[in-house]
Amino acid sequence: MAGTEAQPRRGFPFPFGEDRYRYSTNVEPARVPVSTAAGRWGATVVDVDGEYRRELAERARILAADPTRHAAAPHLRVAAWDAVLTLLRELAASYPASMRLSRLGAGRWRWENRLLGVVAEPVYGDDASLPAEPLRWVASQLQEDLVLLDERAGQLWVEAGVVTFAAGWSFGFDLGMSFLEIHGPVPSSVHREGVFTRAQEFIRRLQPHEPYRRTNWGMTVGRRLDTSLERYPEWAPERARILTVDDAAFGRLLHLRVEVQHLLRLPDSGAVLFLIRTYLLPLEALAAVEPWRRRTAEVLATLPAEIAEYKGLAPFRGRAVAWLRAARPGTGDPR
Amino acid sequence: MTAGARLDLVVTAATEPVPGVRCLRLAAAGGGELPGFVPGSHLVVDCGGRPNAYSLTSDGLEPTEYAISVLLVEDGAGGSRWAHERLDVGARVSARPPRSAFPPVARARRHLLVAGGIGVTPVVSHLRAARRRGQDARVLYLHRAGRGAHAADVRELAGDRAELFTDRRAFTARLDEALADQPLGAHLYLCGPAGLTDRVLAAAAARGWPASRVHTERFGPDALGPGDPFTVTLTRVGTTVAVPAGGSLLEALERAGVDVRSQCRRGVCGECRLPVTGGQPLHRDLFLSEEAKAAGDSLMPCVSRAAGPHLEVPL
Ligand code: FES
Repeated sequence: MAGTEAQPRRGFPFPFGEDRYRYSTNVEPARVPVSTAAGRWGATVVDVDGEYRRELAERARILAADPTRHAAAPHLRVAAWDAVLTLLRELAASYPASMRLSRLGAGRWRWENRLLGVVAEPVYGDDASLPAEPLRWVASQLQEDLVLLDERAGQLWVEAGVVTFAAGWSFGFDLGMSFLEIHGPVPSSVHREGVFTRAQEFIRRLQPHEPYRRTNWGMTVGRRLDTSLERYPEWAPERARILTVDDAAFGRLLHLRVEVQHLLRLPDSGAVLFLIRTYLLPLEALAAVEPWRRRTAEVLATLPAEIAEYKGLAPFRGRAVAWLRAARPGTGDPR
Repeated sequence: MTAGARLDLVVTAATEPVPGVRCLRLAAAGGGELPGFVPGSHLVVDCGGRPNAYSLTSDGLEPTEYAISVLLVEDGAGGSRWAHERLDVGARVSARPPRSAFPPVARARRHLLVAGGIGVTPVVSHLRAARRRGQDARVLYLHRAGRGAHAADVRELAGDRAELFTDRRAFTARLDEALADQPLGAHLYLCGPAGLTDRVLAAAAARGWPASRVHTERFGPDALGPGDPFTVTLTRVGTTVAVPAGGSLLEALERAGVDVRSQCRRGVCGECRLPVTGGQPLHRDLFLSEEAKAAGDSLMPCVSRAAGPHLEVPL
């Protein structure tokens, strides 16, 4: 099974505001910090944390092994550059001690990233000014996965991006599909409530300079960021195998997986940039925060069966509830 | 920047290159870069307390200035007169950040832009972007003789791909020809007086243009435009609160010290729903079903307003 190192809890975006989880169009303005029982998250659109180098190295390995995790589209060249500049600005504004973006002239920029020792001089719209296709290059500077949505005939279409840490979907497969087609597999009760048609209309109304965010969650066995459909044969069997390990190993291996997704209308191209940042926290670390332990047990216990099935939690949900309920407050994580 | 953000701008240039059209350049009062904008965007300017929308005619990439052109409307609500009389160099003006409601389509293989009169303004920013991006854009522009706002800009930006007309019949004939003679993947953009727009839409439909390739500027249906002012009475608290144009009912309630749960502030999450006991709501949200909207007994105060001058809520 994959490694089991825990991520710091302090910045973990604990996603449950209530004891019962319901699917909703849970969008809210970005950049508003959220206090949790263990710390704080959400002050910035892009989040650089202690996993930065490790996750970027992993992304580079995945991209080298599987080119379908990256796609550019000729008609979205402007949008790709728009995304590059927008993201560099966000990084520089959020992490001024380690990243700097300076303007050299109209459309000409200098980028310095001390964390990676990277210096670049991108020229807006000029692919030759970067060592790789612009989206792919910018994905080497931040932990977020990124997707460009283009609007056509009243619908949003997935047409470019870099996605290496997909949770149970395939970027290569979804490429070229509409927003509503992609959400086809979601349980019917969720569709009946119109969550996705509403979400699409919301995105269509989105204006530049007003970023929005939402969270989504699931559970992953092992500290495995890449649970894409492409690697299904590797990770799917672990979901059954985890039932055979002892309690200590169970708490170490099963992770709450949270995605913080940001939506931005890009200010030059008008395309929509969708960012997905993935956080993994093992149950043993989660249980050390008493309100998180209690609430996660409640949410999992009351989750409707079809949503548990859709989220791939069915095999181990019962044991996760029992494990969380049995974990004594404060003893889950030794640190 | 948040949804309710305001820009403090100062007029850096004011000219009247053709009679009745005042061209203004606006910079950030504190200097520096302004928020970038998508071609075809407009700026909602506070014209002496009245929010008026004006298309931006400058380039939206890394701007330090915005340019707008204000046509004097003699029988209008007075916003344009205010802009003509009060906005001189050095004058301060407040605006909401640019809003995009008439963007170029990324997939278009050609952009055919048709403008009438002051409707040329968003077309100018489309042309600037098309030139910067190396895209194929063509213009047909109809204006009255001697009153062609931005005629020089159009010629300079589009060169021999610009055709300017002062004769309506010549324009109509050429338009019909142009509509018949575009490559697959061309998109048509229209901006001008309602009569002209309707005629061009009809001509395009007759030539078999699918609606998905025809775009009109839509200040009106910009679902979240500033709206009209109204008042709301809180029956339990026993006060009446004013909701200004450009401000939401939710914000007005919060200012009055009333706690209303909210999350998205965009009419989509469902969190802020309020019962309505008097007055007719103007629904602008994505949350309520058609039936709930028709019932008129609740609304989402983060985006929805009053259809009349007044609402009553049991708060
Ligand atoms: S706050 Fe979400 S609908 Fe009003």
